[in-house]
Amino acid sequence: MSQIHELSIFDLHEELRAKRLGAEEIARACLERIEKTDPTLRCFLNLEPDRLLAQAAGLDADLAGGATKPGLLTGIPIAVKDNMVAVDSPTTCASKILENYRSPYDATVVARLKSAGALLLGKTNCDEFAMGSSTENSAYFPTRNPWDTNRVPGGSSGGSAAAVAAYQAPGALGSDTGGSIRQPAAFCGVVGLKPTYGRVSRYGLVAFASSLDQIGPLARNTRDVAILLGAIAGHDPVDSTSADEPVDDYLSELGKDIRGLRIGVPSEWFGEGLDTAIAEAIRGVLKRVERLGCRVSEVSLPNTRSAIGTYYIIAPAEASANLARYDAVKYGHRSPQPADLDDMYVRSRTEGFGAEVKRRIMIGTYVLSSGYYDAYYLKASKVRTLLCEDYARAFQSVDLLLGPTTPSLPFALGEKTDDPLAMYLSDVYTVTANLAGIPAMSLPCGFANGLPIGLQLLGPHFSEGMLLRAASAIEQDLDLARPVLAVDRAVSGT
Amino acid sequence: MLTPAFSRKGKQVAVTVEQVRRIAQLAKLTYTAEELELFVQHFQQILDHFETLGKVDTSTVVPTYHALAGPTSTPMRDDQVRPSLPADAAASNAPQASDHQFRVPRVIE
Repeated sequence: MSQIHELSIFDLHEELRAKRLGAEEIARACLERIEKTDPTLRCFLNLEPDRLLAQAAGLDADLAGGATKPGLLTGIPIAVKDNMVAVDSPTTCASKILENYRSPYDATVVARLKSAGALLLGKTNCDEFAMGSSTENSAYFPTRNPWDTNRVPGGSSGGSAAAVAAYQAPGALGSDTGGSIRQPAAFCGVVGLKPTYGRVSRYGLVAFASSLDQIGPLARNTRDVAILLGAIAGHDPVDSTSADEPVDDYLSELGKDIRGLRIGVPSEWFGEGLDTAIAEAIRGVLKRVERLGCRVSEVSLPNTRSAIGTYYIIAPAEASANLARYDAVKYGHRSPQPADLDDMYVRSRTEGFGAEVKRRIMIGTYVLSSGYYDAYYLKASKVRTLLCEDYARAFQSVDLLLGPTTPSLPFALGEKTDDPLAMYLSDVYTVTANLAGIPAMSLPCGFANGLPIGLQLLGPHFSEGMLLRAASAIEQDLDLARPVLAVDRAVSGT
Repeated sequence: MLTPAFSRKGKQVAVTVEQVRRIAQLAKLTYTAEELELFVQHFQQILDHFETLGKVDTSTVVPTYHALAGPTSTPMRDDQVRPSLPADAAASNAPQASDHQFRVPRVIE
């Protein structure tokens, strides 16, 4: 049998149900794995082992008494990106401005995980306020890729993705504003899903760009992602943008036949800039899905070239408004001995925010300011319509789209930190799903030079069930062998 | 008054240190002289990339601010009074508070 920390959510559940494992044993196994690998990887910003073990022991006592019947997530420790609030732990958003912030309430996703019996394993590292594609923008420390510790895990949910890949956590939550679940999932060789805008409540998610942000699950296989999504999805009366649409039974979609499914391949995504190893791996998968009975055809998303410009106007515009709340009055860092109120605002924000967050606030302020609004923000909002129409047109002739998640393999730490535009351009295949509000997921589909490759599946609004069905069929057909992680070679010294 | 981003020919205007200072003031941020120099350079590169949008014809396109339209995507609820956070919990993270109120530097002399 595999070691406890290597088991999937579903397998842990089976062990727990059969009383072969207890919640405390599982929690202890995760904590030991973290203790062994996290000095190298640094996935976690906050861990409270005593709190976790006490909660797990309490759960074991309830289970032993027979009062609680274990659900799929009962006793499963889940890592949560540090931009979702939980009363059990601090929430920093990987920012100095929230260094000592402790929320008086739980985010809806955290409350839902808890009511499903899951335990909060710890809070994971990310780019500050989820702004970045490498987790290097964390104000505390960068996280390293478990497959090659000189490379980035992606971002912004890099801590969540790396923790799942490195068997520190069986599953995690991330947030995705322009690819922040899918890109790190691709870079770390795990499954990550960004749901339809409004599928999951954003209550308690620290806002970055409110019309784009979505919370979603990361895990080592499709089934575990389906379990987590089922637990967090659904309308929430305290988030008026959470959709009042029924939640599908995602687990029942898995293992279903995908014969006859029409799969579109966006031709614009296979042009210049795409790594040849990634292109080859995706083409390999297309041949496989054809063998599985899917109909593959090329589709066009003609406005792709405008994607990055549109996203990097709209997201910072919304961010500049959302981050105006950090005024050193209600919470967060306050600069000592300010000369007056205005000085307090300026000095507290300048000291508390990191360089990338300030850059985005500046871009956002600029594109919304008088004289620039029409040329930038209004223009981008119109191009957003065209990008939405690109997808709507494509989904008239195909059921879902398949392409790469990222143009490149995981890049080296420090490679893009001095070139913000190069960093932004690496989000080219992911940002449009957020702009159009459609669900999209990344699934491991191979390795090149020992580094994982992610394929992306995208579908119409609320088609998560179909995406998971297709992903599970591809996952089964590929049956990828997982090479030994670099972090394990480093730890064992071989 | 800030100058328009694009001239009528669609060519962008170069960003100046003075403009960036003005934007920083609006955003309640401040930069040192050295930081400003590098910042202006990166800012210019990013704005240059935004120029790609200038070439897209949007004369008949309506803007999108919310990707999902329809009654189920922004459902309304009854406006009923319900319990909220107690005042001391709401103020528990304040850098300075007294009597459940936030304290700030003196505003009026």
